[in-house]
Amino acid sequence: MSLTTQDVQKIARLARLAMNDTEIEAARAQLSGIFELIEQMQAVDTTGIEPMSHAQDLSQQLREDVVTASNDREAFQAIAPQVEGGLYLVPQVIE
Amino acid sequence: MKWEIVIGLEVHTQLSTNTKIFSGASTAFGAEPNTQADAVSIALPGVLPVLNKGAVERAIKFGLAVGAHIAPRSVFARKNYFYPDLPKGYQISQMDLPVVGKGALTIQVEPLSGNAKPYEKVVRITRAHLEEDAGKSVHGAAQSMTGIDLNRAGTPLLEIVSEPDMSSAAEAVSYAKTLHSLVRWIGICDGNMQEGSFRCDVNVSVRRPGESLGTRREIKNLNSFKFMQQAIDYEVQWQIDTIENGGKVQQATILFNPDTGETRSMRSKEDAHDYRYFPDPDLLPLDISPAMIEAVHATMPELPIAKQARYTDEFGLSAYDASSLTSSREMAEFFDAGVAMVGAANAKLCANWLIGEVSAQLNRDGLDIAQCPISAAQFGAMLARIADGTISNSGAKEVFRALWSEGGDADAIIEAKGLKQVSDSGAIEKIVDEVMAANADKVAEYRSGKDKLFGFFVGAAMKASQGKANPAQLNEVLKKKLAG
Amino acid sequence: MLNHSLQQQGDALRAKKISSVELTQLYLDRIATHNPVLNAFVTVESAKSLAQAKAADAQLAAGSAQALTGIPIAQKDIFCAQGWRTTCGSKMLDNFISPYDAHVITQFNNAGAVNLGKTNMDEFAMGSSNETSYFGPVRNPWDIKAVPGGSSGGAAAAVAARLCAAATGTDTGGSIRQPAALCGVTGIKPTYGTVSRYGMIAFASSLDQAGPMARSAEDCALMLNVMTGHDPRDSTSLVRDKEDYTRELNKPLAGLRIGLPREFFAEGLSQDVGQCVQAAVAEYQKLGATVVEISLPNAKLAVPVYYVLAPAEASSNLSRFDGVRYGYRAPDYTDLTDMYEKTRAQGFGEEVKRRIMIGTYVLSHGYYDAYYLQAQKIRRLIAQDFTEAFKKCDVIMGPTSPSTAFNLGEKGDDPVQMYLSDIYTIAVNLAGLPGMSIPCGTGANAMPVGLQIIGDYFKEAQMLNVAHQYQLATDWHSRAPQGL
Repeated sequence: MSLTTQDVQKIARLARLAMNDTEIEAARAQLSGIFELIEQMQAVDTTGIEPMSHAQDLSQQLREDVVTASNDREAFQAIAPQVEGGLYLVPQVIE
Repeated sequence: MKWEIVIGLEVHTQLSTNTKIFSGASTAFGAEPNTQADAVSIALPGVLPVLNKGAVERAIKFGLAVGAHIAPRSVFARKNYFYPDLPKGYQISQMDLPVVGKGALTIQVEPLSGNAKPYEKVVRITRAHLEEDAGKSVHGAAQSMTGIDLNRAGTPLLEIVSEPDMSSAAEAVSYAKTLHSLVRWIGICDGNMQEGSFRCDVNVSVRRPGESLGTRREIKNLNSFKFMQQAIDYEVQWQIDTIENGGKVQQATILFNPDTGETRSMRSKEDAHDYRYFPDPDLLPLDISPAMIEAVHATMPELPIAKQARYTDEFGLSAYDASSLTSSREMAEFFDAGVAMVGAANAKLCANWLIGEVSAQLNRDGLDIAQCPISAAQFGAMLARIADGTISNSGAKEVFRALWSEGGDADAIIEAKGLKQVSDSGAIEKIVDEVMAANADKVAEYRSGKDKLFGFFVGAAMKASQGKANPAQLNEVLKKKLAG
Repeated sequence: MLNHSLQQQGDALRAKKISSVELTQLYLDRIATHNPVLNAFVTVESAKSLAQAKAADAQLAAGSAQALTGIPIAQKDIFCAQGWRTTCGSKMLDNFISPYDAHVITQFNNAGAVNLGKTNMDEFAMGSSNETSYFGPVRNPWDIKAVPGGSSGGAAAAVAARLCAAATGTDTGGSIRQPAALCGVTGIKPTYGTVSRYGMIAFASSLDQAGPMARSAEDCALMLNVMTGHDPRDSTSLVRDKEDYTRELNKPLAGLRIGLPREFFAEGLSQDVGQCVQAAVAEYQKLGATVVEISLPNAKLAVPVYYVLAPAEASSNLSRFDGVRYGYRAPDYTDLTDMYEKTRAQGFGEEVKRRIMIGTYVLSHGYYDAYYLQAQKIRRLIAQDFTEAFKKCDVIMGPTSPSTAFNLGEKGDDPVQMYLSDIYTIAVNLAGLPGMSIPCGTGANAMPVGLQIIGDYFKEAQMLNVAHQYQLATDWHSRAPQGL
C-alpha cells in the first residue's frame, strides 16, 4: 500500500510533528514500505476472533478513595520549561 | 412556517470523590494552582492510572437511579488530542463499552412563559460513562501567555448523555434541573455549578415537521440554567433564520457569551478532530459484579420518583406538588420531618406551607432549603398549632415571620404575641350577641333577605375579637344567631 | 571479582573481603576506561553511586544485608530514578531529572543494591541496534564495528564488557533478548505483568516488560527475586505470591520436552546461527531432554501485527512529550501549535517520529478496523498458537535473532530490514509469555549466538532451571570479549 503526500501531511499534523516537504516525501516512501509489510495481515480471516488488548484476561483492580498524594509542586516545576505563579506557561490559547 | 426543535444534552458531572479518578491526589476545589497535581495529574513519564473505587460506585449509583443497565464489563479508552490542559495528550474515557447503559428520567416540565400548564415527560438516557476532567487554562497569567493549572486534571466525571428527546428550551432546562437534583439527591455530585461541578453541553438542531434530523450545533459548557435557556433560544432562532435566509447550518462546536447573549463558533476547534480512540492498555476491563451493585444499592436513598408516588398516593398531593417537594433531597427531608410532626392527615397543610410561604421567603432571601433559618422541628411545631386550631392561618403567618427573623419556638411566640384563637363557644356567642345588638338595623336588613351583609358581620365580630376568634366557629355561630 | 557471579560477589561483601565502595569504584573505573569507546552508559554519577555503596557497607557491617546488598547494578535509562537524569535515549528528555523512582528502582534501593549508572538505549526503546539513541550508538564489546542490538544495547554491552555485574533491561518486542544474544549475555523477559511498569517510561504499554540481563541464568534469578512482585500502582501488575526464582535451578532436566517451532528454522535464519541452536538442542538431549516439532502457524505475522500495535500505543504514550511540563521545548515558535510541532519535531529522532506516524495512521478514522482491530485479532491467534504448542512441550527453543550482530550503519536506511531482526522474539511479547536468551556459541564471524527459550505463563523458574543446567554443562555464557 502506498500513502499519499496528503495522508502523511494529515498524520504529521495530527501527531503535532513539524515536517517540511522533503521530510514528508521521505516519510511517505518509508511508511509505504512499512505498510507493505503490515498489509500481510489482510490475508488472514479473523471472523469471530475476539480482539486481544491485554496479555492476560484479568479485571481492573480498584483503588480506595483515599488521598495519598502530597503537594510536590516545587519539585515538579523545578524541571518545567516555563512557570509563573505556580502555573505552567504556554503560548496563548485562543478558544 | 412551523419549526420543530430537537435538543439532546451531554452533562458532565464531577463526582464527589476525595481523590482523582486515576490517582490519590485530592479533588478539593480552590487550592493554589498545581498543588493538587500529582505525578499522574501532570503525566510524568512512566506514571500509570489506577481506577478509583469511589468513582465506580457513584457511576453505579447513578445507573440504578435512572433504571439503567450496569455493564458487567466496561472498558476505558483513550481519546487522543493535544491541548495544554490535557497533560497526557489523551483523555481516558469510555467509548464502546460505557459503565451505564440505557435509562430514563421522568421530568415535570414547567413552561417558561405563557399560561401553559406543567406537564410530565420521560427523557431517555442513552448512556453514562466515566472519564477524567481536564485542567484549567488561566488567561492573562503572563504577557501573551496562558497559564495551566492541573489541579482539576483527573477529577472524575460521569458524562450523562441523553437522547435528543427535548423539543424546547423549557424541556431542556427541566431535564437539566431534574438531573441536577438527582445527582445531588443520590450524593454523587455536589452540584455546584459556579465551580463547574455540573456542566451541560447542549446539542441543538431544527427541522420542519416530518423531515429528518437537521444538522446540529453543540453549545459547550453551560453552567447555569438561565444561560442554558438563553443560549438555546438564541441558537434556535439563529438556525431558523439561517435556513430561512437560504443558508445551511454547519456542524459546529459553539460557545455562549452571557454578556452578549449570543453564540459563536470556537476557533481552536476549527480543524476536524480525529480522536483515534483505542482501549487504554494501562487499564484492564472494569468488571462489576452483582455483589458490588447490590452493595451500592443498599446505600441508595429513597429516590424522588418513589417519594413522589408516595406523596400522591398516601397524602393525596398533586403530581406537581409532589414534584416540587422532591426538587431536592433537603426539601423532601424537610417535608417528611414536618409531616412526621403533624401526621399524614395534615400533609397537605405542610405541603402548602412549604411550596407557598416557605419557598417564597427562601426565594426572596436567595436561600435554598438547606439554608432555611427555620428548622423542620420549628416548622412542624408551628403547623401543629394550625392543625389543632390554636392559631389561625393569619396568626400562623405572624408566627412564621417571627420564627424566620428572630427564631424561637412557635408556642412562645403565640403566647407573647397573644395569637391564640378564641375557640371558646361561650366567648364567641357573647361577641356575636354584642355585635348584633350594636347593629340591630343591619340584622333586620339581613333577615329581610340581604345575605351579602353576612361578610359585614364576620368582619365586625372578628374585629371585636381582635382577630382571635376561630373563623370557622365564628361563622357557624353567626349563621345560627342571624337566622334568628 | 569481575567474573564472579552475583552470589559470589554477595558472599565476598558479606565476608568483608571487599567493601561495596571498593566494588563500586572498581566498576566506575572500568566504566571510565571503556565507556568512551563502548558508550554503554549515558549517565554516570560516581558520587551518588558511592554514597549508596557507603550506605550498603553500613548495612553489611550491621549484618542486615540481603542477597544484592552492596552490588552495583546498571539501570536502563528508561527507569525513572529520583535525582538522576532519565533520558530514555532521547533529546526530548536530555534535561529531565526525574522527581520520582520507578518501582524497579525502589525495589533495588530496598534491596540495598547500588545504582551504578544509566545505560544507553534506543530512543524510547524503539530500535534493534541502539543506533536510534540521541546519545550515539553503543558498540558491541565483541567487535566495536558491530551493533550491540537493542533497545537494551547499553545494558547488554555493559554486562558483556564487565562494566557491571548485572543490569536491568526492558523488552517490548525483543529488547532484552536480542541484545543479550548479540552481546553474548543472559537475559530474561518475564511474563507480562510480573514486573511493575510504574516509572518505566512507556513505549507500548501492553507489551512492555522489564527484566534482568546478566552473565548467567543464576544471576538473572537473583535479579528477578528483587524486581518482581505486585505493585498496586500498575493496574496490569499481577497479584501473585512472591516467588523465589532460584528454587528450581538445580533440578535435573530428564524428561524435559523441548518444542522446536518449524517456523523458527525456516528461510531467513542464517546458517551459522541455525547450527549453534541445533548444537544447543543436541546438548539438551544429552542432558535428558526430548525434542518435539511444533508449529506456530501465525508467528510469521508477528512482525506486521507488532508494527501496528506497538506504534499505535506509542503514538499515544508519547503525546505527553509536548514541551509544557518537563523535557525539551523548542526555543522559537510563533504560537501554541507551532510550539508543539517544533518541540516534537526537534525533540524526537527519526525512528520515533516514524513510529508515531505509523501509530497515528493505524488509529485514525477509517483505518482502525483494517489495521488496529485486525492486528488485535491476529494477536489472539498468535497467543492461541502458543497455548496449543505448550500442550506438547514444556519449553520452546529456537534462535533469538536471525543473525549475529550486524555492523553499525548496515541496516540504517531500511526500517523494514531492521524490524525483521526481531522476527523470533516479537510473538512472545504479543502473547505475554516469558522468554529468555542465553549464549550458545559463536557464529561465522566469531560473534555470539543466542538461544531463545520460551516458557509457558509464569514458568520463569523452570526456564531459569533449563538455562542453568545448560550453563553448568557448557561455558558459552562465561566467555568474555577479548581486550577488555
